[in-house]
Amino acid sequence: MSDPRRGDGGGRTKPTSAVDLRGLRFAHPVLAASGCLATGHDVPGIVDLHRLGAVVTRSLTFAPSKGWATPRAAETPAGLLSATGPQNPGVEAFLTEDLPRFTKVGVPVIGSVAGSSLDEYVRVASRLHREPGVVALEVYLSCPDDERDGEPVYARPERILEVVGAVARLSQVPVFAKLPPLLPDLVEIARSCVRAGAFGITAVDAVPGLAVDADRLRTRTAVPIGGLSGPAIKPIALAAVYQVARALPEVPIMGVGGIASADDAVEFLLAGAWAVQLGTALLTDPSAHVEIGRGILEYLRSKGLSSPADLRGRLRVRERVEGVP
Amino acid sequence: MKRARAEVLNTRRFGAYHALTLVAPEVAERVRPGQFVSIAMPRGRTFLLRRQFSIHQASRRGGWAGTLEFVFDPRGPGTGWLAELKPHQFLDVIGPLGKAFAYPAKLSTCLLVSEDHGAAPIYFLAQELRARGKRVDMLLGAETQERVFKPIEGKRLSQTIVITTGDGSLGERGDVLDALPQIVESTGTQVIYAAARRSTLRRLAEFCFERGIPSQVAVEEEMACGIGLCFTCTVPVIRKDGSGYDHLRACVDGPVFNPARILWDRWMGEQPAMVPTPPEGFPAVRAWPG
Repeated sequence: MSDPRRGDGGGRTKPTSAVDLRGLRFAHPVLAASGCLATGHDVPGIVDLHRLGAVVTRSLTFAPSKGWATPRAAETPAGLLSATGPQNPGVEAFLTEDLPRFTKVGVPVIGSVAGSSLDEYVRVASRLHREPGVVALEVYLSCPDDERDGEPVYARPERILEVVGAVARLSQVPVFAKLPPLLPDLVEIARSCVRAGAFGITAVDAVPGLAVDADRLRTRTAVPIGGLSGPAIKPIALAAVYQVARALPEVPIMGVGGIASADDAVEFLLAGAWAVQLGTALLTDPSAHVEIGRGILEYLRSKGLSSPADLRGRLRVRERVEGVP
Repeated sequence: MKRARAEVLNTRRFGAYHALTLVAPEVAERVRPGQFVSIAMPRGRTFLLRRQFSIHQASRRGGWAGTLEFVFDPRGPGTGWLAELKPHQFLDVIGPLGKAFAYPAKLSTCLLVSEDHGAAPIYFLAQELRARGKRVDMLLGAETQERVFKPIEGKRLSQTIVITTGDGSLGERGDVLDALPQIVESTGTQVIYAAARRSTLRRLAEFCFERGIPSQVAVEEEMACGIGLCFTCTVPVIRKDGSGYDHLRACVDGPVFNPARILWDRWMGEQPAMVPTPPEGFPAVRAWPG
């Protein structure tokens, strides 16, 4: 942690861990990212759900999906490349079997909405948004789009807006658009998502990656291009959060990508995130969120700050150059 | 499933393999053959993911009570790091994980097939079967003598054993399944258990299916988390009612499966035809990715 001597009032106040995303309140600033606590089924007892601000579900399609062939994952330097495909029990089975496991312990749930067509996004969202315990939706935009020859939804800005807008118009709970990092103009697309009705932005989705097994002349995952997560993508995610937050200071942003320690989480909050999500870190340490939550409070105490929101926008920048984000 | 900070008690070499003994009473007292533990890697390295290892021994009584042992091939960054550990260092351990081998209620003549350090969980199973009054025979295979895991232990635990090496440096020269029809015939095998390469398991599955011999195999599939969260270690398994198949997680619904229900064609579909696949390394739940 940071040197407490540099703080401006070390230990004077007792900071809170609660965060308020323009009315959407979480008891903790640390959430579980989509795909890292499955759908709620079989979440092992060693994961302390009470210490998570919320759980974002594994992305849900309307019908059950088997996902892709194995191998589905490859370890890469400081990263995890995963290509599981959309395996999930389908939104109906999720609501009857898995959601109660989360609501029983009282952890808020954010439903991750996926689909292979605009219609499927709408059907999944309309099943989720009125369920007790579902406090928000997050639109997953990396699905192959059957209406566009399987190109990812995020490939065209107008398609992103169409999907995000449709979900946002029907939903009674706040809708976050989960943006992939490699968009031509991330800030402009974030702005348009908000105009289309998105309540907030989740930045960022996994980065497309490829791992090769040269010995066997083959790709290390059965489906070659996977999503790279873990510390390897942290600077990419931070840059995205920083850019979007600077352009849209009033829009709640959930920062995600490679957060593995309290210092990482604080960096995202300083860069402009309102809350953070843990993904790969939970896979390697099922109590990472407890330690990170504690570390954030320690940092706040050492700086004499009273809540994670006090960090937002505190990042000092020495020089800004016109045209350079 | 428990999570523990476990002290390394002992580290040993067996031929090409390493074995670590940990003090983890809360895991050791629950574990059954076929189950595995998940070990966290050190922070600040570029390899992040936990590694999974089948249990070789768990001692509940005596001077070693509360300890468990696992075996690995130290060829990757993670297993290489584990091989360098010294006694009294600590590891973050989660276990026991996965479904164990089931013991037969009535049938009593068991054949245990293993390759490389797949033998580690198989010896654990052999002990438990013998303690239940079952007859144990073994087929033990590896490429070379130094990759045959504890052959003397195998002999001690079995009524009959056939050891095979690819280069003939120990036992017969050939493949672990070469002696399969003969040993099944001569011992009157009623149940088969196995922990071996995927291609071996598949041939064994076909044999068991033809002969109508019930069997269980411990599979290896690449696991990112080992505790059911990530959905990377799935195996296509045919539903009991035959209405289709599901991708089941090897870490939660396995690693022990009924081979007759594995959809082998689909599971092995990604194997390339153009180059021979080198041995992938074991145990049943492999130290992955090394």
